[in-house]
Amino acid sequence: MASLASEPRSRPFITRLGWAVSDSWTVVRRHLTHIRYMPDKLLDVTIQPIMFVVLFAYVFGSAIKVPGGNYRSFLMPGIYAQNMMFASMPIMAALVQDMQRGVIDRFRSLPMSRAAVLVGHAGASFIESMLGLVIMLLCGLFIGWRPELGVGSTLGGIGLLMLFAFAMTSVGTFLGLIVKSVEAAQSFGFIVMFPLTFIANTFVPTAGMPVWLRTVANWNPVSAVVQAVRTLFGNLPPGSHGGPTWTLAHPVLSTLIFACLLIAVFMPLAVWRFRRMLLE
Amino acid sequence: MVQHSSGVRPVIYAEGLVKRFGQVTALSGVSLAADPGTVLGLLGPNGAGKTTAVRILTTLLIPDAGHAEVAGFDVVRHPQEVRERIGLAGQQASVDEYLTGRDNLVMVGRLYHLPSRQARSRADELLARFGLEDAAGRLVKTYSGGMRRRLDLAASLVAAPPVLLLDEPTTGLDPRSRTDMWTVIEGLVRDGTTLLLTTQYLEEADRLADHIAVVDHGRVVAAGSPDTLKKSIGGERIDVAVPDPKDMAVVRAAIARAVGREPDLDLELNRLTVPVEAGVRDLTAVVRELDQAGIVVEDIGLRRPTLDEVFMTLTGHEGPGSGQTEEVS
Ligand SMILES: Nc1ncnc2c1ncn2[C@@H]1O[C@H](COP(=O)(O)OP(=O)(O)OP(=O)(O)O)[C@@H](O)[C@H]1O
Ligand SMILES: [Mg+2]
Repeated sequence: MASLASEPRSRPFITRLGWAVSDSWTVVRRHLTHIRYMPDKLLDVTIQPIMFVVLFAYVFGSAIKVPGGNYRSFLMPGIYAQNMMFASMPIMAALVQDMQRGVIDRFRSLPMSRAAVLVGHAGASFIESMLGLVIMLLCGLFIGWRPELGVGSTLGGIGLLMLFAFAMTSVGTFLGLIVKSVEAAQSFGFIVMFPLTFIANTFVPTAGMPVWLRTVANWNPVSAVVQAVRTLFGNLPPGSHGGPTWTLAHPVLSTLIFACLLIAVFMPLAVWRFRRMLLE
Repeated sequence: MVQHSSGVRPVIYAEGLVKRFGQVTALSGVSLAADPGTVLGLLGPNGAGKTTAVRILTTLLIPDAGHAEVAGFDVVRHPQEVRERIGLAGQQASVDEYLTGRDNLVMVGRLYHLPSRQARSRADELLARFGLEDAAGRLVKTYSGGMRRRLDLAASLVAAPPVLLLDEPTTGLDPRSRTDMWTVIEGLVRDGTTLLLTTQYLEEADRLADHIAVVDHGRVVAAGSPDTLKKSIGGERIDVAVPDPKDMAVVRAAIARAVGREPDLDLELNRLTVPVEAGVRDLTAVVRELDQAGIVVEDIGLRRPTLDEVFMTLTGHEGPGSGQTEEVS
């Protein structure tokens, strides 16, 4: 049928870009406002990790010996990496809830930038994780952890953690668009994230694990991330430089590769999934 | 060219919309049209495809086949242009629980690209209009269902869109809030808004819609003004209320003799109903027959068919709102 539907006037690229930025900011602000009204939303990135620190540094840590080193210095980089790993969780929960409550539909019926819905969510989630990182770093300093190398290396360690958090945020964005319930999002935390962070060098050296488990732990990419952070902060126990696997021998490089891989895979997947929602 | 019989170009227009979800065919060829400044009511039972149609018209879903235009733009090819001209209040109130009522409206205003100050003043204006000033600073989590619905409708009005699509705007509201909502909707239409409204309540379509499309199993089974629809299933109805159930058989026979057709029995109300063609003449005949049979009835009356009956005749099953709708006598 020949249609007489109007043709839109095209808007300059710069206008659209401006809207994309301001729309993303509006969505980020929405999440920050949530936090203002419900500060308990921050428990996940504050009290909970602090509990972990207390638990490991003082309870389990009292019985854990790190060869020639100080357990708290060994522990904190593990805690930092673990927290960045969990950067994938808040965005998952937020997206699932928004979809269930029809908020995403409302956004999609508005003339706002498409990208802003995802960028805003991811941005807010990333900010939340960074807040958690700051709190953890302060907590580490408080219990005696110190970065032992120069400013450059320390900033490198923080940058690597940020990159990893960003990568995990893109994983969470995709998964948040896939899973159907908040419960499913939570069980993902238990079924996937916990083994990944625990079957690794995060809290204890892998040397004492049974052979099969040690192999898994040494190849676990999370171990490489932790090793990289320990390397850059100068917290590696003496004699544990290098490692039995390529990833542990080149921890910074393998973390960079791993993080970029996650971003390269999951960002496009999230965008694809978001677009596909139109067809279902 | 998209034109209505009247020659006016419809603001909401759909032709042959098809949408499948796996095995389920939600829409199998739906065509609709609403002229500027009118209300189109989509009426249908659960699962008829109303929400699916609304989602396609609001660019949330792409149809498998067919074509739709809203406010002059193709919903598939120019969704952005459509979104700038529509307001949507979905079937569930899609407001943010963890923001205040005012925050919600300001945020939506910003996303329509209103300047910040204008977004704020528009929010206050709408909060006042919907009687939410007192709750404006409270988290939506603490709102009642009716307040949420009103806030949701307010959110769809932030940009004063010329086209409004409301998916069951009064479901879950108490009778008082429902009438309030109707008044608001009538006000919007007076101001020139074109409206598409889906509803479970036949009474609601009857009151608000200029044009009704009855949808069932993904098809429009009937369309027209409420009056045309009522006429299309035959003329008027005679209701006879029988106080004593023992008399039922006798009354039934008397009516059948008078109008030449068996009446339907409503057991709950002890009432017999029969469609008639000759109006008052038939009524007189029924009264005469009853008189001769020596029966005193509680009430007898002639009335136009309700939409409930229209619905029943057209879809072969009871209307979703039956039992809740009131008889118009
Ligand atoms: N996302 C989906 N996936 C699978 N099936 C769907 C989906 N959305 C709708 N359907 C199916 O399509 C049909 C039409 O659904 P729709 O929601 O449009 O009905 P409706 O008229 O709005 O009903 P209600 O009055 O209950 O809101 C139903 O059979 C429904 O199960
Ligand atoms: Mg529906």
